[in-house]
Amino acid sequence: MSLVNFTAREITCKIVYYGPGRSGKTTNLQYVYGRVPEARRGRMVSLATQTDRTLFFDFLPLDLGTISGFSTKFQLYTVPGQSYYNATRKLVLQGADGVVFVADSQARRFDDNLESLQNLQDNLLAQGVDIRQLPVVFQYNKQDLPRDLVLTQDEMDDALNFRAVQSFSADALHGTGVFETLKGVSELVLKKLATGTQVA
Amino acid sequence: MTATLNPLYRFDTLVVGAANRLAFTAAKAVAESPGTVYNPLFVYARPGLGKTHLLMGIGHAARAINPRLSVEYLTLDEFVESFHAAIAAGQGEAYRRRFIDVDLLLVDDVQFLTHRREMQAELLRLTDALQTANRQIVLTSDRPPAEIEALDERLIRRFAGGLVIDVAAPDYETRVAILMRKADERRAKFGKGVLEAVASLAIDNVRELLGALNRLVAFQAVSDTPLQPAQARALAGGPEAVDAPQGAEPRRDEFSEFLSEVSASVAQQVDSWRTKVAAAILRWEGEGYRTTRIEALLQQEMTTDPEQVLHQFEADVKRLQALHAEAAELAPDLAGSTAFRDPDDIGGAEALTQRARQGAHPPPAPSPLWKLDDLVEAAGNRMALRAARAVVAEPAGRYNPLVIVGASGVGKTHLLHALGNALSAAARGPVACLSAHEFTTELIDAIGRDAVGPWRARYRSASAFLLDDVHLIAEKDRTQDELFVLFNFLMESGRQMIFSSAVPLGDLKGVEARLRTRLEGGLVVDLPAPDREIRHHLVERLLQAQLDAPDPDLVDYLGSRPADSVRAVHGLLQRVLNAAEAQGVSPTAALAREVLEAPAPKPPKRPIATRSSGVVAPASGARSREKVVWDWPDVGDRIVEEWR
Repeated sequence: MSLVNFTAREITCKIVYYGPGRSGKTTNLQYVYGRVPEARRGRMVSLATQTDRTLFFDFLPLDLGTISGFSTKFQLYTVPGQSYYNATRKLVLQGADGVVFVADSQARRFDDNLESLQNLQDNLLAQGVDIRQLPVVFQYNKQDLPRDLVLTQDEMDDALNFRAVQSFSADALHGTGVFETLKGVSELVLKKLATGTQVA
Repeated sequence: MTATLNPLYRFDTLVVGAANRLAFTAAKAVAESPGTVYNPLFVYARPGLGKTHLLMGIGHAARAINPRLSVEYLTLDEFVESFHAAIAAGQGEAYRRRFIDVDLLLVDDVQFLTHRREMQAELLRLTDALQTANRQIVLTSDRPPAEIEALDERLIRRFAGGLVIDVAAPDYETRVAILMRKADERRAKFGKGVLEAVASLAIDNVRELLGALNRLVAFQAVSDTPLQPAQARALAGGPEAVDAPQGAEPRRDEFSEFLSEVSASVAQQVDSWRTKVAAAILRWEGEGYRTTRIEALLQQEMTTDPEQVLHQFEADVKRLQALHAEAAELAPDLAGSTAFRDPDDIGGAEALTQRARQGAHPPPAPSPLWKLDDLVEAAGNRMALRAARAVVAEPAGRYNPLVIVGASGVGKTHLLHALGNALSAAARGPVACLSAHEFTTELIDAIGRDAVGPWRARYRSASAFLLDDVHLIAEKDRTQDELFVLFNFLMESGRQMIFSSAVPLGDLKGVEARLRTRLEGGLVVDLPAPDREIRHHLVERLLQAQLDAPDPDLVDYLGSRPADSVRAVHGLLQRVLNAAEAQGVSPTAALAREVLEAPAPKPPKRPIATRSSGVVAPASGARSREKVVWDWPDVGDRIVEEWR
């Protein structure tokens, strides 16, 4: 997918929320959905199981209106976190302009985070995308849980953030850090406009 | 590499207030008369207060006053980098000369001289050299010279010897003026008090102030209601926005904030394209190219990918440059043509270059009178004719060059032109066929008209090149040089070349060995004097052309008469036909005997002229009989002639 279409005067950013199951990816999208005026948001598509686990993916289109003559649209996706839905994750990941890796800050989910991050790298590589070239930010969710259950932002950075990219601590359920994360990844994606690497 | 001046950083785009008025006045004075007032001029200010703007403004203004002024702008980092590169390449001296010859040197960010002893020494030397030569140097830094750590004392004194001046943070009024000017440039309109509200914030860095304005512009672009001063202050990072409640309570308008940030980011990126396009226009205009196509980008608000357009434009300019170089080489009078300055009309430049390639006129063509089929083939000339046919069947294939050697009058010119016609029928381009004498005459004429380029182009455009009497280039050095170069060009381009010579190549005197050996490198065939068989065929054909039923005895008789050239056979026949006509009878063998076997006339008193000047007939070759004047006027007539 091209980020900027000069002919149609359109900027379309596809941002994918990635991470282990139950880390709070859909919660991020739901919070954003709740804060966007009706006129600017499309219908949020969510295919979930009876226990609210994402079955296929969530999709939230945002129309930011015309900016500097370009009709600007953001498309937010989540992937199903459970390991057996890898084919779906690959599909959703295709053409992503930026990725938010939503990690579960609970100490007991440490291995799940690592496994999911490895899975992200593998899936990107399978699509010929080097994760170092893609705008990626980390969100350490569930930081509102008791201190003894969760790792701090620094500890999470040490564990996952090898390239020292931007990271945010968050409580997606209550909205803390949700928009900061979105702003962070958006800025990285839009900065790529200047380099022209994604300009079609 | 030296950076280019940002086209947006001019004096007229600089907002002048109390904080920078002194620096601006000094800068203007320097731009108006570089090297005479404040030299060096040292401007220092905290980041984001317009040092670079001021520095580049000097460059633009000085250039506007005197377009021939050489102006170099570079940051200290670039200065250091290029110095290291030059030293690594062993070009230290060339590097110094490059800057010493600059009329106005603008060096940004010299605070990075800290602890760079060798660069400090280099800058000291350069400053001294420029001052001595009355050339201007302007430097900027984020601190005064004395505060640059470990800066050479001599440099501090040098700077102090010129003018050291600072730019302070803009005051409230200047901030309002800056915001208004920039908003106006962006064609953004704000309600009353909005810009003032932002200006009232303690933002004393112009760059941050413009960032705040970007947010306002972006927010207003996507907002349905006019921006209020309080909102503006919040967007600009005022107290209302700083300490928004964190935690469980959702923020008041998180989406709007997100939107304004995204908008500012997009606007900034799109503006960066604008700057890029403007820089490209300035660059190509400066180099004399028409920039209509990229100017249209700014007009159309980027309906197409600017990077792609800029890339294509640059490729087109490069193509124009290549065409220009080629055309100028071929035809120097085309060098200044405007057709090579318009990247939107590559076709025009291509056409002009093509014309230069072909020359103004096509090269001389072979005479259409002579055909290969008219030549009589016999044992004597069989080898030459077979070689000729092989050349026609496969030009530049088997025999290149083909050199036909034979005495004068044996039919070399006939064969050459006949070959030219045959090649012309099959070839794509024009066939050049001329004598060496004409070749030299044309060259002399071209030299006289200063049009050697187009003259060369004429022959370079030929699909085949046939030169008669190549021996005539003896002792003509320039002709030989040109022929040598042409020979190589045509050979490399795979074009057929055919030469004829009355002198065997081994006996050619006054022809450079490099050329002679090249001729010998092809196929050299002899075209001997016509034997009895050829003469017989020739006489028969000539008589058939004039008489319905020629006398076979006459044909036999004339064919058996000795003749060392085709032209001599023609001469014999013509004499018989003239006598028959004078007597009013048909030409017969008896008449021919009577005419041709009559006692030989007295030998001429003057030396026999050769067919071409400067040629000595080969020792073995007999003089052509047809060139001998047989019927001399009697003594009485000659006396009368001389009396006249």
